[in-house]
Amino acid sequence: MSKDFLRISPAFEDIMPAEYRELVASGPYGKGYGISDLGSHKELLEEHPLCAGCGLALSLRLTLSVLPAPEDTVIVGSTGCSALAFPQVALHNIHSLFGNQNAVAAGLKRALKLRFPDKHKDVVVVAGDGATADIGLDMVMQSWFRGELITTIMLDNEAYANTGGQESGMSPKGAVLNMAPKGKKFQKINMPELAREAGCVYVAAVSPANPKRLGKAIRRAILVAREVGPTYVQIFAPCPTNFKFKPQETIKRIKEREKDGTYLTREYISQEAQEYLAAMEGGNKDE
Amino acid sequence: MSITPYRVLVGPEGYLPPAAASRGVLLPEKGEALIEGAIVPEEEAMQAIATKLLSAKNPFFFPGPQLLWDWKEGVAQKAQAVKRLADLAGARVIPMPDYRPKYPMINPAVEINPNHPNLTIWHNKIDLCVFIGVHCHYANMALKIIRGGTSCYTVALCGEAGHEDAMISLCCMGMPELAKLTEIIRTMKGEQAA
Repeated sequence: MSKDFLRISPAFEDIMPAEYRELVASGPYGKGYGISDLGSHKELLEEHPLCAGCGLALSLRLTLSVLPAPEDTVIVGSTGCSALAFPQVALHNIHSLFGNQNAVAAGLKRALKLRFPDKHKDVVVVAGDGATADIGLDMVMQSWFRGELITTIMLDNEAYANTGGQESGMSPKGAVLNMAPKGKKFQKINMPELAREAGCVYVAAVSPANPKRLGKAIRRAILVAREVGPTYVQIFAPCPTNFKFKPQETIKRIKEREKDGTYLTREYISQEAQEYLAAMEGGNKDE
Repeated sequence: MSITPYRVLVGPEGYLPPAAASRGVLLPEKGEALIEGAIVPEEEAMQAIATKLLSAKNPFFFPGPQLLWDWKEGVAQKAQAVKRLADLAGARVIPMPDYRPKYPMINPAVEINPNHPNLTIWHNKIDLCVFIGVHCHYANMALKIIRGGTSCYTVALCGEAGHEDAMISLCCMGMPELAKLTEIIRTMKGEQAA
């Protein structure tokens, strides 16, 4: 797709719902917007059914605001809370079977490369910690081993949040949830380290408590995945509903966890990715 | 044992009506069309569409993404022709701009979604609808849901192979066919007025 296709047939201009007219008139397609432009244009996600204070909803909003080319981006999702928001997102998105997201994304990326050999089509996996680190870990790791040119974003709310609160591999040790009343017995999986070892050329662990850093990581991950290799971004998105804290305390929670060292923000860039980024990052306003 | 051919009739047929194709309804060839599951000449189907449109209490056109978005040469002209056709038939228009399921929010007064088209039909008390410019798989799904849960009569003006799940379906619908249907409606309206 190209942004030039985003035109409404004149005969039907007056009957198109307002949100579509606004997306055409002031959407982010082809504009190269960043986080600092939020509030100045029609966003890709404005309404969603997620809970009040959901760290994932905020992370999604920030993520969508920094896509380098939303008109040429396909999001591949999986079962989980984020899947509830994507029907409202004004982007191409594919919902895959639980855990299959990286296999679907890899196939899609290859097909798009054949269909549009001269264009960058960004295929971005956005899935929760259950889909990425537990149920879909096989597909995730295999896509990294194969060096698939896709970006994997994990929205880490440290639980299976929309099925009543079961522990996931990403829950911290000792976490007590509605359906894990005895507390988790083992450590949170170190996914950034796994990603690096499995062949990701760019890896970042970020949180919405620092939007600029989050935006930079997402943008870098997508750009690097265009040509260099697979990339992984982990976003800490705590869940007030299942971890029983007040919705307005989400950011405070993140900062506490970052401070006490139980959630580490970090970035790894391979030498090749560094060289690629150095050439790419000349004029991006959010860098 | 006799086999009664399946007929694609006005619903509500109930939850999960069968795909008409699975009950033996075949798609028409060029120059043919479908009326309620039976293959007929295209001209006969156009006459039937005109009769249905002009006798409906609250007819609506549901243009899909292929017509609503000016994505390739010729689409804007076709959209204009469809708008003229709807105006001539006294039908209103509600768009289907994309296929996102958009749960849990949809405004049935201003849009129709293929994943729950019954909401728009119930809300607006639509007794006849015309699908045009909707991609095949979503059209078939929506037509089945409408047949299953509403008493709305469905017509599909398809640019490709036609839709066996619509009560009347034309295929190969290009500008000449649109012009022909428009002319039939204009003539029939004139006869009714006379």
